[in-house]
Amino acid sequence: MAKVLVVTSGKGGVGKTTSTAALGAALAQLGEKVVVVDFDVGLRNLDLVLGAERRVVFDLINVVQGVAKLSQALIRDKRLENLWLLPASQTRDKDALTEEGVRSIIADLRTKFDWILCDSPAGIERGATLAMRYADEAVIVTNPEVSSVRDSDRIIGMLDSKTVKAEKGERVEKHVLITRYDSARAARGEMLSIEDILEILAIPLLGIIPESQDVLRASNVGSPVTLNNAASAPARAYIDAVRRLMGETVTMMVPVERKGLMNRLLGRRAA
Amino acid sequence: MDASAAPTRQLVRMRGRSYVAFVFCPTVPIVGWLEEIDATLARSPGFFVGKPVVLDLSAVDLSQSAISHLVASLEQRNIRVLGIEGVDAAHVTTSMPPLLTGGRHCVLTQIEPQKAEAKPKPKSTSLLLENPVRSGQSVVFTDGDVTVLGSVGSGAEIVAGGSIHVYGALRGRAMAGVNGNSAARIYCQKIEAELLAIDGYYQTAEDISATLRNRPAQAWLDGEIMKITPLN
Repeated sequence: MAKVLVVTSGKGGVGKTTSTAALGAALAQLGEKVVVVDFDVGLRNLDLVLGAERRVVFDLINVVQGVAKLSQALIRDKRLENLWLLPASQTRDKDALTEEGVRSIIADLRTKFDWILCDSPAGIERGATLAMRYADEAVIVTNPEVSSVRDSDRIIGMLDSKTVKAEKGERVEKHVLITRYDSARAARGEMLSIEDILEILAIPLLGIIPESQDVLRASNVGSPVTLNNAASAPARAYIDAVRRLMGETVTMMVPVERKGLMNRLLGRRAA
Repeated sequence: MDASAAPTRQLVRMRGRSYVAFVFCPTVPIVGWLEEIDATLARSPGFFVGKPVVLDLSAVDLSQSAISHLVASLEQRNIRVLGIEGVDAAHVTTSMPPLLTGGRHCVLTQIEPQKAEAKPKPKSTSLLLENPVRSGQSVVFTDGDVTVLGSVGSGAEIVAGGSIHVYGALRGRAMAGVNGNSAARIYCQKIEAELLAIDGYYQTAEDISATLRNRPAQAWLDGEIMKITPLN
């Protein structure tokens, strides 16, 4: 049974695209057949993070408009044969998406894949609402700061009212994924604590991804962090999150920064 | 087709059927009993309209003229008598309703639902929300109280004609007594509200004392001043 999972947040720049790529790659690494769909029409990024930008021929809009067949637009990952990308169009905007077009593409993808990960654009407009429209599950990406948490709360409200599942009286299963978590800053009270975030959002926690240079490094070389450096702390956190998505019970680890001796002796340098 | 053909004779078929009727048992004095009927009609006019009514005269001894007078008095009150019971056949004339025998007792069950139907369903005076109210959602209920079992998120809004009860944290805006109900109050388990308003008088987050923050509190109107005090 295929699952449609939307990765969303409301706020921009919190790590939706990075997380979609990392979760998609981790699912594929665990043997699932995965497609990641970029809904950020006009501002596509997922192709870059996956390192597939030079192989894009057709895109989501071409398929919606019937210019290309779905099979022509799907790009297979070079490293993981289970991972596919359906890129967004860079030259169009969100108005080119139609509800009927998205419905038929999702229905088509459901017959071919185990997981359909929809990378939502920021905001609450057409692109974001269509990305979540047919979702069975949602990952809400949140940074430990008030603006991000409030926007996530707004998105959860929309997941509960504007999705097909919600309109049928069913529930979209929702998980919060906390990204860019800095344990040292959280300890000093400069960030919202995990408890505060969960108390405000009142949905289950999927994982905590630590703030790390590994994430940026992986994005810059066009490789999901779970693939680029699977032993790194963020990669391990993403892999744990994916195992929770697949129904396993995995103990939640709050990432703690391991400081080197020199760092400790010299104290913290200015960030 | 032969138009002059003799019409075939139709057999008259009789069927038995029983109906439920109201049975009136008048008592002496008849004037007093009629007053009681009037009182019933005053309470619910049209109560007997369209319902079959049978007069049981076994408890009283009435002459022929008295019976016709009674039937006429009931007719004046829009009660049509279907038949008469418990009286000597000699007292009943052809102009009166027919004499009935062999009636059986039964419970008038079908009357209850009819009465319930007639009454309009009372409008609900409170709204219960079992899920958290998320940022950006606006709940407007001008008919009475709003109760929220979860939290009200920052950027969410509750507007109520009556009081507002929040059994989680109140982080958004709450406007109670919007129809001019200055007795309305706002209660919450944890006060972090952006704005509280009762009957148009409001306080923003800045006005709410820092000592109250994150504590159970209530807000009410003391004349034209909104007061916010901790609960228990």
